[in-house]
Amino acid sequence: MRDVYIIGVGTTKFGELWDKSLRDLATEAGLKAITDAGIYSEDVNALYGANTSAGQFIDQEHIASLIADAAGLSELGIPSIRIEAGSASGGAALHEAYLAVASGKYDTVVVGGVEKMTDVPPEEANKIVGGSLDAEWETFFGVTEASLAAMIAKRLEYEGKMKREDYAHIPVVSHKHGSMNETSHFRNSIKLEDVLKASYVAQPLTIFDCAPLSDGASAIVISSNRQLINSSENPVKIVSSEISTDYLSLHDRTSIYSLNAFKRSSKKALESAKISKEKVDILELHDSYSIIGLLQLMELYGEKEAMNLVRNEELYWDKSRPTNTSGGLKAHGNPLGATGIYQAVEATLQLRGKAGQRQVKGAKYVLLHNMGGIGATSVSTVLGVE
Amino acid sequence: MSDVPRFWRESNHRYRLVGTKCNNCGSTFFPPRDVCPKCRRESIGKMEELEFSGYGEVYSYTVVHDGLEPFKFQLPYILAMIKTDEGPLVTGQIVDADPSEVKIGSRVRVTLRRIREEGKTGIIQYGYKFILEK
Repeated sequence: MRDVYIIGVGTTKFGELWDKSLRDLATEAGLKAITDAGIYSEDVNALYGANTSAGQFIDQEHIASLIADAAGLSELGIPSIRIEAGSASGGAALHEAYLAVASGKYDTVVVGGVEKMTDVPPEEANKIVGGSLDAEWETFFGVTEASLAAMIAKRLEYEGKMKREDYAHIPVVSHKHGSMNETSHFRNSIKLEDVLKASYVAQPLTIFDCAPLSDGASAIVISSNRQLINSSENPVKIVSSEISTDYLSLHDRTSIYSLNAFKRSSKKALESAKISKEKVDILELHDSYSIIGLLQLMELYGEKEAMNLVRNEELYWDKSRPTNTSGGLKAHGNPLGATGIYQAVEATLQLRGKAGQRQVKGAKYVLLHNMGGIGATSVSTVLGVE
Repeated sequence: MSDVPRFWRESNHRYRLVGTKCNNCGSTFFPPRDVCPKCRRESIGKMEELEFSGYGEVYSYTVVHDGLEPFKFQLPYILAMIKTDEGPLVTGQIVDADPSEVKIGSRVRVTLRRIREEGKTGIIQYGYKFILEK
């Protein structure tokens, strides 16, 4: 396997972008990424596109071909492939593209992710988001993603493993970071009381515990071409990338609050990267729901340490365990297919030292976690600079 | 979601809580599985149907305030994961109860109810919900 580097990144703003279509968003992110890489479309051997549900959101399938076309690549006829893994589509596309380049099949690939979620009313969008769950044995009976997260939270509180305030802290951190990121869906800071007092989505979770429905696209250029890597300003190495899966339905798992797919993928990713978790300078976790963000910290650091990190407010960019410096899914936004790719964009900005106000000083390694549904797919990626 | 066969084929499972049992390791499953995830290939030809008793207790629950379109007239509704007496967790609504009456550990039994319907002219879909044992 060859070494693979991220040599360019690009993203649109995330949010309710009514004046932009899916193809506008994808093209904007892709062109920003190749411009950032200092390359031309002719240098691109293939396109990997992450998209979760365009068929339902905008009645459009065959996204891979559409995006290549919209990005002006039709005359070149390059391979273009869509990857779908629920809200882990971005991470999964990055994984597949990484393998294609590492194997030697392609030298330079653009990996993009896009979702256009606000062309349908919110109730319709929530139904489509629920498509990552089990349609026959969960959603058929009235289950939503938020309701599953809520039942996990309720059980954990019942078992005395945490208090309501502990996971309410996660969106507070995300919003603080989001306020410092110009591409964020939300740029306002919130307080713990705001989370607790907001209207319920599924008790005990309120709207501030849940990531929003966003439009957006992000793209990265990855390469093994020495010349392109050397001429790019600050190449970031894809140190490792691992995927794992779990039972699709939450009720089928050995424990409803063990994120087994994350446990396995993160362990393998750190092992193949040959680094310990203490070496990770920044975490980009999949905080689709506050409680799910905290569960990931628990899987990674153990129950006690995770609670200490939250209670001692150690997750901020200038503290000991910077987490979701982008603003996370909660504040930066969650345009399903784009979410996992944006995590790589944020990590690249941080590792280049170009993250502005929210820059983590001297960051060398970032662990990304992109998750499908409530953890049935988990992609863990380690990015780093020497 | 409007084709009749899609619902008809699950009616045994949704009306009578018919799951499966692996006769290789003895594990029970609901919803039914074609392959045992513990025995995998060893379970081929050894999976048989098992009708669940319909009794269990609340493992966790929530009150859903922001729900899907087919359920909008039921909002807010109680959704729970039920630990069945046979072992597996089953997810479904708890009905005929006030949220304040529901506790983790509460005993419940299954009941057949209308789940959703396809508009005014489409089919009405039935399935299991749970009621508190008093």
